[in-house]
Amino acid sequence: MFFKAENYRHPAFMEGLRDLAPQAPGVAAWGLMTGVAMVNSGMSVFEAIAMTLFVYAGSSQLAALPLIVAGAPVWVILATGFCVNLRFMVFSLHLRPYLMHLPRLERMVHGYLTTDISYVLFTRRFAKPSEDPAEQMTQAASLAGNTFIVWVSWMVASFFGIFLAKIIPTSWGLGFAGTLCLVGILCSLASTRMRIFAAGVAAATAIMAYHLPLKLNIVLAIGVAVVLSMSLERFQTKRAGEAA
Amino acid sequence: MSFFEGTDLWTLAVIVGLTCVTILTRSFFFFSSEEWALPDWAQRGLQYAPIAAMAAVVLPEILMQQGEFLHTWMDARWMGAAVGAAVYFWRRNVLLTIVVGMLTFLPLHLLAGW
Repeated sequence: MFFKAENYRHPAFMEGLRDLAPQAPGVAAWGLMTGVAMVNSGMSVFEAIAMTLFVYAGSSQLAALPLIVAGAPVWVILATGFCVNLRFMVFSLHLRPYLMHLPRLERMVHGYLTTDISYVLFTRRFAKPSEDPAEQMTQAASLAGNTFIVWVSWMVASFFGIFLAKIIPTSWGLGFAGTLCLVGILCSLASTRMRIFAAGVAAATAIMAYHLPLKLNIVLAIGVAVVLSMSLERFQTKRAGEAA
Repeated sequence: MSFFEGTDLWTLAVIVGLTCVTILTRSFFFFSSEEWALPDWAQRGLQYAPIAAMAAVVLPEILMQQGEFLHTWMDARWMGAAVGAAVYFWRRNVLLTIVVGMLTFLPLHLLAGW
C-alpha cells in the first residue's frame, strides 16, 4: 500500500514504480476506454466515478455494464463480477507467502490494489518470497510502488474518459493499446520453454472454452496450463533421473 | 450532462456489491492469519500462473472476432499484436511495443477498415 511512509520512503518503492512505468500508457489507454464505456452505457457521471474509485477492476466493470443497463438481478451481476475476478484468487494464493509477515489489514489493502499487471511484474521481479525481514520489507515496498503507478494511471485516465466520453469515439479502437501492453508483458514472461508451453496451453484452452459463461474460460485456462506444465515438469525430471 | 442526473440507488448498491467482490477475490487468501503453506509442488506449479493468465486474457482478444476464431488474415488486431510482439523481442521495451503496435493497428483499422 503506497500511502504508508515505510513503503514510499523505501528505495525499492521507486524501483517497483520504474518497473511499471513503460506499461503505464497501456494501463491508461485501457482506463480511458473503460471510463468512456461506463458513461456511454448510460451511467451517470457520479455513478461512473464511484465505480472507478471503488470497484477498481476493469474487466469486472466492463462485464457488469450491459447487465446493469439490462437491469439484471443483483446476484447475477455480482456472480459475473466474481467469476471474472476468479483469477485474482489464484494470484492471492501465490502472493500469500510474500505478504504473510504483514498484519491482516495491510495484506488485504495490498491485495485490493494488486491488478493483473502488478501481480505479473511483481512475481517476475521476485521469483521467491523471502524469510529475511529486510528483504520482506523491500518486496512489500516494491509492490507498493508498482501498484501505486498502476492506480494513478488508471484513475487519471478513467476520469478523463468519464468527462470526455462524448468526444472520444470508441470506434477508434484506442483500447487496443491496453491489449498491446499485455502482449508486451506476455512476451517478457516467455523466457523458458516450459513457460511458452504454459502460455500455449492457456491460450488454446481459453479460445476453445470461449463460450463458457461469465468468462470462466480464463480460470479454466489457468488451471489447465498450471496442471499440465507441472506434470510435464515432473515427467521431465523423472526421465532425467532415469537417464542419469 | 449534470453530475447526478440519472443516478439511482439500485446502481449504487450494485457498485457497493462489486466493490466487495473486488476485495473478496483480490485478498481471498490474505484473510486468514493461520500458519499454513502450500506443498512445494503446488508452489512450483503456481509459477506458471502469471504467464497462463496473460495468455488466456490476451490471445482470445487478438485471435477471435465476435466470439469466433478469425476467418481472415486481414485483421488489424492480430497484425498490430504480431508487430508489437516482434518489436518487443527486438528491443525489450513495452512502451515501444504499444507505440509501434498502435501505429500498425490504427491505419489498418481506420483507413483500410480491417
